[in-house]
Amino acid sequence: MSFVIIGNSTAAIGAVEGIRRYDKHTPITIISDEPYHTYSRPLISYYLGGKTTEENMLYRSKDFYEKNNVKTMLGVKAESVDFKKKEVILQDGSRIPYSKLLIATGAKPFVPPMEGLGKENIFNFIKFDDVKKIEKVAVKGSKAIVVGASFSGLKAVEALVHRGVKVTVIDIMSRIMPRVLDDTAASIVMETLRDSGVEVLLNTTVEKILGGDRATGVLLKDGSELSCDFIILAIGVRCNTDIVKGTELKTNRGIVVDSRMQTNIPDVYAAGDVAEGYNFIEDKYMEIAIIPNAYKQGETAGANMAGACKVFDKGFIMNSMPLLGLPIISAGVSEQREGISVKTVYKPEKNSYKKFYIKGNNLVGYLLINDVDRAGIYTSFIKDKTDISAFEDSLGSDDFGFVSLPKALRKDKMLKGEVV
Amino acid sequence: MDRIPDSAKRKRVYAREEVCVGCRLCEVYCIAAHSSYKNDLIKAFKRSYIRPVPRIVVEERKPISFGLQCRHCEEPECVKGCITGAMQQDPETGIVTNDEARCIGCWTCILACPYGVIMRDYREKKVAAKCDFCIENGGEPACVKNCPNEALYIGDVRESCDDAEGGPDK
Repeated sequence: MSFVIIGNSTAAIGAVEGIRRYDKHTPITIISDEPYHTYSRPLISYYLGGKTTEENMLYRSKDFYEKNNVKTMLGVKAESVDFKKKEVILQDGSRIPYSKLLIATGAKPFVPPMEGLGKENIFNFIKFDDVKKIEKVAVKGSKAIVVGASFSGLKAVEALVHRGVKVTVIDIMSRIMPRVLDDTAASIVMETLRDSGVEVLLNTTVEKILGGDRATGVLLKDGSELSCDFIILAIGVRCNTDIVKGTELKTNRGIVVDSRMQTNIPDVYAAGDVAEGYNFIEDKYMEIAIIPNAYKQGETAGANMAGACKVFDKGFIMNSMPLLGLPIISAGVSEQREGISVKTVYKPEKNSYKKFYIKGNNLVGYLLINDVDRAGIYTSFIKDKTDISAFEDSLGSDDFGFVSLPKALRKDKMLKGEVV
Repeated sequence: MDRIPDSAKRKRVYAREEVCVGCRLCEVYCIAAHSSYKNDLIKAFKRSYIRPVPRIVVEERKPISFGLQCRHCEEPECVKGCITGAMQQDPETGIVTNDEARCIGCWTCILACPYGVIMRDYREKKVAAKCDFCIENGGEPACVKNCPNEALYIGDVRESCDDAEGGPDK
């Protein structure tokens, strides 16, 4: 018996921990094209911004692999999989046999066709190697253009601001973080960006990247030109299914899995950003590219690989992002739709905005800006499909907590698990 | 298939709202226990350069009141969601602690914690602060020890009481 995991990030680590809960001995091999000990991808912006160190980016301790009996093949690219012979084929042609395989290859940057790509100072913003390159050019007083004003683009903006770089961020949509924020919330966040000297250009796209070997600026849709010292593309990500393209493994946008994270091929599992797991709010299988989801999918895959029978069917989008000191937390539904009512609590004097999306007697989504304390209580209502009708009016109040709940529900939550 | 048991009997702090009088001594002693003057209330409050944040939430809407702190869940949402790996669970004791040196204050744990008992601590470097079951003081929580009414008490936890996904076999 041997377990092989392709990938070395959150889902892969979740899988190792999931396997080792049930099986302490069967060898595990991790194959990753990145040459690093497992590190936290979202921390690249904090590294670039000088808020963490390379050492503190490690997602698990230095002795993690040894303690868990994991053999690593780092800096080694898995090229394809021979599902019939049950072998992973590496770039050099050598073959690694597996009894059970987990594909956790994550996501890759999505870059739409654009004239002038391929210049040396155009960067993606996903991997550690990206920021190792960016830190060389992102010097104080330099000028940067960031394309994409969603989570990852804005985290790049924040890091650059901390480095004293003059930043312009461009997005095709009419507001920043369009999938999460509404107009009111976006205006609050815009103010924070402006206070830090960030220029935001909306409703526009890059027609062409200017310059020779090096980008010197961009030409926008409206014909105007902007100069810059470097460009970061943070437009979006796609499931990194390259390794299984054109094989019998079933994929849509990502690898198709069931709620045990099994693919259509026996003994082959997928988890994390590469997989299309079950989103229980949307009631469909889709990619949910966030850390908590990647971990739980990986953990579930690992447990099942080790012979347990575990299901993960509670995935949904949730994000927390402090941007230049302004906390932003969102979970679940974040747009008004048919059958969903909305409640907002806006306190401009506190720069606090709270929005709740309610369907029938259930909370299905929320957004909190600035006052984010105890947000997880709301998350639990979404996950548990709690009947909120008895206390709906108190959602978003300053002192909202377990005290706001009916006694029976409060006691149930507070005393859960006690041996009486 | 059985899960390999990785903890002895787990314990957590529970509250009796019927006898809590809302005195907030739990908060006071929690602050002291997490200061440099663990056993001296007066020094902890008067000499601490920066006063620690309490790691217990006291909720009150008269006549109801109670203290609430980390449940050290068997399937901890904060640990699974942590983007840095700073939030970890001790496999032996089940106690969940945050390595504040590695925490970067992204508040994903606040988004994840179903009890709402992880605090934002902005005193120095911003980090998440939470109940550590007073492990540095011998695992005897100061809030329980100093509650005048036994409104906080330590109870045993059933195995597999958490229904978090990725949890017990289904």
